[in-house]
Amino acid sequence: MSAQNLTIVQAVRDGLYTEMNLDDEVLVMGEDVGKNGGVFRATEGLWDEFGDDRVIDTPLAESGIVGTAVGMAAMGLKPVPEIQFSGFMYPGYDQIISHMSRYRTRTRGRYTLPMVLRAPYGGGIRAPESHSESKEMFYAHEAGLKVVIPSTPYDTKGLLISAIRDPDPVIFMEPKLIYRAFRGEVPEEDYTVPIGEAAVRREGTDVSVFTYGAMTRPTLEAVENLEEEGIDAEVVDIRTISPMDRETVVESFKKTGRAVVVHEAPKNGGLGAEITATIQEEALLYQEAPVKRVAGYDVPYPLYALEDYYLPSVARVEEGIREAVNF
Amino acid sequence: MSVLQRDPQDQVRVLDEDGAVVGEVPDIDDETLVEMYRNMRLARHFDTRAVSLQRQGRMGTYPPLSGQEGAQIGSAIALEEDDWMVPSYREHGAALIRGLPLKQTLLYWMGHEKGNKMPEDANILPPAVPIASQIPHATGAAWALKLQGKTDKGVLCYFGDGATSEGDFHEALNFAGVFDTPNIFFCNNNQWAISVPRERQTASETIAQKATAYGLDGIQVDGMDPLAVYSVTKAALDKAKNPDEGELRPTLIEAVQYRFGAHTTADDPTVYRDDEEVERWKAKDPIPRLETFLRETGRLDDEKIDDIESDIEATVADAIEAAESDPRPDPSEMFEYAYAEQTPEIRAQREEFEALREKVGDEGFLRE
Ligand SMILES: Cc1ncc(C[n+]2csc(CCOP(=O)(O)OP(=O)(O)O)c2C)c(N)n1
Repeated sequence: MSAQNLTIVQAVRDGLYTEMNLDDEVLVMGEDVGKNGGVFRATEGLWDEFGDDRVIDTPLAESGIVGTAVGMAAMGLKPVPEIQFSGFMYPGYDQIISHMSRYRTRTRGRYTLPMVLRAPYGGGIRAPESHSESKEMFYAHEAGLKVVIPSTPYDTKGLLISAIRDPDPVIFMEPKLIYRAFRGEVPEEDYTVPIGEAAVRREGTDVSVFTYGAMTRPTLEAVENLEEEGIDAEVVDIRTISPMDRETVVESFKKTGRAVVVHEAPKNGGLGAEITATIQEEALLYQEAPVKRVAGYDVPYPLYALEDYYLPSVARVEEGIREAVNF
Repeated sequence: MSVLQRDPQDQVRVLDEDGAVVGEVPDIDDETLVEMYRNMRLARHFDTRAVSLQRQGRMGTYPPLSGQEGAQIGSAIALEEDDWMVPSYREHGAALIRGLPLKQTLLYWMGHEKGNKMPEDANILPPAVPIASQIPHATGAAWALKLQGKTDKGVLCYFGDGATSEGDFHEALNFAGVFDTPNIFFCNNNQWAISVPRERQTASETIAQKATAYGLDGIQVDGMDPLAVYSVTKAALDKAKNPDEGELRPTLIEAVQYRFGAHTTADDPTVYRDDEEVERWKAKDPIPRLETFLRETGRLDDEKIDDIESDIEATVADAIEAAESDPRPDPSEMFEYAYAEQTPEIRAQREEFEALREKVGDEGFLRE
């Protein structure tokens, strides 16, 4: 396979391009996705390539975007609607929760919705109010949806193609802080990364650090720094937060007996709580220390002058890991 | 007959593109007229400076307003002190008229929560970033005034053409019609919602005509003609407070206009619109239009304009200086306002945060 060196946002574009070429039923729709190529350029050039009927600039209406995509998907198309920022998914939330997640169940399998709802999410880019929230658990809590959050260019393309081919609806949340932060090798051809599988990014024996999305980078950095202190941490990138790969989580924990969960979403009801509960249920007797959660605080996401204090930083992750190890 | 009694397609105009009078000049005193001009110039200068602050990295993403001064100032000046204003995120000029200091607007776009704190005596709700989400608030606020028996007050709500595609817009207008609330819904139709042109928002000929579906008056006005904007806003406001027998209080105003610059400083409009279009609209610039009118009617001369110019430059420079020298917010502020009384969780998180900050210092948090 020939490879290219792409950023995450370019990998999104490449995934869409690749799959649209292979499958006429795939189409992209949303606000500014056409001529403008998306405000983050995730759909750049697709409109020139595939035209007005497959790359559709919609009116500014998220309920309309999600709801019409539901109808299209029910008729057998594979729409990939984009919500410009995840902070603007809420006008479409009714459609997501009332219909997108429930169609297969409600119709006893007669209809399913092979659609992928994409949205950039998360903080750290000095964006205005409502542009930085991390509300992935709203969707993880909803049965019938799959929720995918990549952290590398390779995974982005592979997971996006899996999502488009998945017969069920997928919420694909893109960590915009790392949209352009680095490049990675991405095959030109189509390939898939399976939904529902976590990735062990670094093996270690002292403590398991579970994370995903944009927090994967500060986590890896913190773990590297702690090497000098003699701490050998394992880092697991959850990748699909629903359905979560409990097996990999439990396996890793059984090996280390200690866990830290890092996410930028608020602590209350975050994925950290789910991981902690899983460990309690399935590996209690291996536990050497309380599970430590390094997360966003339970306050509305601050305007950007204070966002660095809100987001888990390298130092905060280090402290969390030390606490778990030194318990 | 009221200026509101006309077809939605019949655009209200007072000044033509060259500033010549082509309609009925509203009854405004000279001082207010010059004030209107000064504030439009102030808004323009503020806007230019704000964009440049962003370019220099002294401010975050900022939504420019140049081109929309006539619509913003013309409408806001029509409000009485007790009326209310509900903005989107672009009404820096109108907000100024309502008593929000420029320093606050700067702080907000510099990412300081403090910028969101409206002065106690200014009847204005905070900027709303999720499109159209403020329109139902405006209906609710007007409804409250009516339920409280304060029908001598009206509520003016701003939003863009893109906002008319959202359910919130339709729900808000529908409620306003059903409950006959004292609302003025003011659509800044600047032709574009980022890259999506008005024709992609709606197949209806005008936005004003959407009012009909809800039983309201809808009126289109030249949004780059501040006097025409003033006239229709004033008429709508009068009707909101004192409707005639059988007349509904709320009105939808479509102010047809153009935003000269980018949607925000994060946007590059050259990807989707041509220069020729921008030039065509620049010929309708509301500022020289009003200036010509004021000069020709003897209300303004070179000397006064010079005074205004130096005054607005100093005003904006002072506001920037004040915003930039404002003490950086204390990070613990983050925990302050989520609830009236801090919950045990938040108190614990705050303590943990403060202990950690003590230990690792600000460097432990700040990213490059
Ligand atoms: C609910 C929602 N969806 C999407 C966005 C992203 N967005 C911000 S401004 C904008 C276009 C707004 O156009 P319009 O309503 O015409 O107002 P304008 O900014 O042109 O004044 C979009 C799509 C948003 N802020 N809120």
